[in-house]
Amino acid sequence: MNIRLILNLLTLMTGGLVITITSIFIGKQAYFWLPPQAAAESHLIDDLFSFLVTVGAFIFLAVTSTVLYSVTFHRAKNYDMSDGPHIEGNITLEVVWTAIPIMLVLWIAAYSYQVYEQMGIQGPSHLLHLHNPISIQTADAQEKETPAETVSEPLEKIDVLAKQWAWVFHYPEKGITSTELHLPSDRRVRLALQSEDVLHGFYIPAFRLKQDIVPGKTIDFEFTPIRPGKYSLTDSQYSGTYFATMQANVIVETPEEYHEWLEKAVSHIPTPAKNQAASEYAQTSNQSIKTGWETVKPAAPPVVNFSG
Amino acid sequence: MTNISLEITGESHHHEPPTHWKTYFTFSTDHKVIGIQYLVTSFIFFLVGGIFAMILRGELITPESDLIDRTVYNGMFTMHGTVMLFLWTFPSLVGLANYLVPIMIGARDMAFPRLNAVAFWMVPVVGILLMSSFFVPGGPAQAGWWAYPPVSLQNPTGHLINGQVLWLLAVAISGVSSIMGAVNFVTTIVKMRAPGMGFFRMPLFVWAVFSAQIIQLFGLPALTAGAVMLLFDLTVGTAFFDPSKGGNPVMFQHYFWFYSHPAVYVIILPIFGIFSEIFPVYSRKPLFGYKVVAISSILIAAVSAIVWVHHMYVSGTPGWMRLLFMVTTMFVSVPTGIKVFAWVATIWGGKIKLTTPMMFALGGLIMFVFAGITGIMLSSVPVDVHVNNTYFVVGHFHYVLYGTVTMGMYAAIYHWFPKMTGRMFNEGWGQIHFWLAFIGTNLNFLPMHPLGLQGMLRRVASYAPEYTFWNVLASLGAFLLGMSTLPFIFNILISWLQGEKAPDNPWRAIGLEWLISSPPPVENFEEIPIVISAPYGYGKSEPLTANLENHATLIEAE
Ligand code: HEM
Ligand SMILES: [Cu+2]
Ligand SMILES: [Cu+2]
Repeated sequence: MNIRLILNLLTLMTGGLVITITSIFIGKQAYFWLPPQAAAESHLIDDLFSFLVTVGAFIFLAVTSTVLYSVTFHRAKNYDMSDGPHIEGNITLEVVWTAIPIMLVLWIAAYSYQVYEQMGIQGPSHLLHLHNPISIQTADAQEKETPAETVSEPLEKIDVLAKQWAWVFHYPEKGITSTELHLPSDRRVRLALQSEDVLHGFYIPAFRLKQDIVPGKTIDFEFTPIRPGKYSLTDSQYSGTYFATMQANVIVETPEEYHEWLEKAVSHIPTPAKNQAASEYAQTSNQSIKTGWETVKPAAPPVVNFSG
Repeated sequence: MTNISLEITGESHHHEPPTHWKTYFTFSTDHKVIGIQYLVTSFIFFLVGGIFAMILRGELITPESDLIDRTVYNGMFTMHGTVMLFLWTFPSLVGLANYLVPIMIGARDMAFPRLNAVAFWMVPVVGILLMSSFFVPGGPAQAGWWAYPPVSLQNPTGHLINGQVLWLLAVAISGVSSIMGAVNFVTTIVKMRAPGMGFFRMPLFVWAVFSAQIIQLFGLPALTAGAVMLLFDLTVGTAFFDPSKGGNPVMFQHYFWFYSHPAVYVIILPIFGIFSEIFPVYSRKPLFGYKVVAISSILIAAVSAIVWVHHMYVSGTPGWMRLLFMVTTMFVSVPTGIKVFAWVATIWGGKIKLTTPMMFALGGLIMFVFAGITGIMLSSVPVDVHVNNTYFVVGHFHYVLYGTVTMGMYAAIYHWFPKMTGRMFNEGWGQIHFWLAFIGTNLNFLPMHPLGLQGMLRRVASYAPEYTFWNVLASLGAFLLGMSTLPFIFNILISWLQGEKAPDNPWRAIGLEWLISSPPPVENFEEIPIVISAPYGYGKSEPLTANLENHATLIEAE
């Protein structure tokens, strides 16, 4: 066999190997780019993301190194005015190159589908009203190997109300209202999301979960917190002037601590909570010279048993 | 087939290109004058949008909201997005297409030259409307460039004339202008090709513009309808989208994204066309897989019509719809992947010349591959649930809009500058511009990805202190990027005024535009070319036309 050909093949294989190893390494790093994994769903999403980073890194490195190789080694010499070879196409290559992305896409779509199915974050109202053809299992159903129906029955139901620009959490069984969201760990929770005025978005980065809240609708949203700690809930759907201030603390605690908190909170007398939007608004309207343009007035600060 | 324009314009008495700058301030019907009018106007708005971007990044260099008021911040990002899309990317690409398409297909003008001029003059009107909204009570629109109700319906000033109303009028006018342009382009490309120029002898830029303009025809009516309904809700109190009166705000999102996702391809397809023109010239090889690349443009246009819900995965969209649109969205990467492969194969084994346009095209290609990869991540529902509306998205679409579209635009401007002005630009300044822009773009937009993964939201004027580090980097990149426009402006102005005289075909490129003088005469061709071979005949001494001087022999001679 031709020595040159063998050398070329060897170079190609070494290159491919280096790129593969590098992409796998980068894919592993992907976990460090994300916040702590505080919900069962976050494990699934992070694995999928890491996989996508690996594939993506491979494609990116393959394309850029080919381009850089050409640019380095296929440069026209000064004063070389001639043309390169007249190669217009190559059917085999083109077919292969269409088949590869199609297969990759199918693979990625199937994997994403599977993850989404396991998450089962959309509550039952969707299944009932829309005749959802996809049977949804839940994330922890998979882990605990129990039939989906029994585990997916949420243990905690909490109402979430969003308004310009505050969050209010209501625990209907205890009659508690709070501006801090307390959740028991390792229990499936179902939130009923509602908005009083505009679109808001329920988003806890540590849970990797997000859902828009549409005024006039109640949206069920389910997940399982797994890691005790303090996280932040933000508004992910732009909601007007003080949008950035619309944040709340999320406290995940053991079921025992959670119940203690419920007992404690219920005994508090409701008081108006601190609210950044309201205080910023009050400040600007006191100024003699108004710098900003007129804005929607923040909703009254919520009156709650517990403000974090 | 080719002479529609002659009958309509009736101003064929002089054949010299415009010699006086005042021509560019008149209602000219010459497609080349209109092209330059679009290009210059849109570049001015690019600078305006850029200044808004600097103010945004200035605010975001610290976690607190301390540089500008929150209302001003919201107005700024709304105007930045709107100006960049409706007054920079769309019009600049339309301008380039206006200039090039008739010449590239061997026509004397566009099919409807007067309509063309009217469509252009609506752009400054849109600009003036948008800029004047800074002076109405309550300031400009603050609901973001997608103007989702109910926020866009909140009108704290109570005035009928407010920023949001002006914004909606501007968008509607811009839509009308684009529809006029689309009708004109599609007719021109279908009807006015020179004899012998079959569809598969059209340059890929023309294919790209054709596909893109077809999207405009089916998409824009949806956007315009949505905008008009929103305008009614806002001014006369109808309740299409107002939930407090029984309307459905999510419906607006469907109207909006049914157009605004395909709009991304309206912008990016011509850039793909530019890449396909530039790589062969500076690699001195034919475009690899010409036919597949041509067809992939049409495929992208077709698939683009059924992907819009990927912007609404978390808007209360049911699971089956999320998954359906995930699959269609991912399939866009197939025709796109074909193109990327074709470009890489074109460069491979070529005789590469790293001129300024080639550098911009290569830089743009690499950043596009990056954007495509994050795009696939975003199309995957579970990943999107996490990063939707975070800076990961902002990073992704700026890699598209700056990394690819704006870099591609620069590549095009440099590449065709000698043709348009009859002067050469300064290569050294071009290289400086490229490196500042390339480093600036990556420094600006790469940090946005870790920020988004960590959970920093888009459209926030203040943020948690742990996000500071990457934000400082991004802001430094932004200021560098702002500076990078200076060598460009300097180069273009000086070269236009006193650059070296350009020959007709400085790059020894193949294409009808390079067979006529620089700058081209009014009506482009004294004699309509008869096309006898496919484009991109590098490495093959075959003439392109039967009657015009052919440059393949020129190459042989050198
Ligand atoms: C110096 C360059 C640029 C910088 C520093 C920059 C910066 C930004 C920032 C910080 C935002 C987010 C605002 C926020 O979420 O609060 C933004 C949004 C946006 N930018 Fe840029 N940008 C630049 C160039 C461009 C270009 C060239 C385009 C288009 C061709 C563009 C199109 C957009 C769009 C469409 C939005 C979305 C606006 C919205 O969400 O309402 N940007 N930009
Ligand atoms: Cu909100
Ligand atoms: Cu889209």
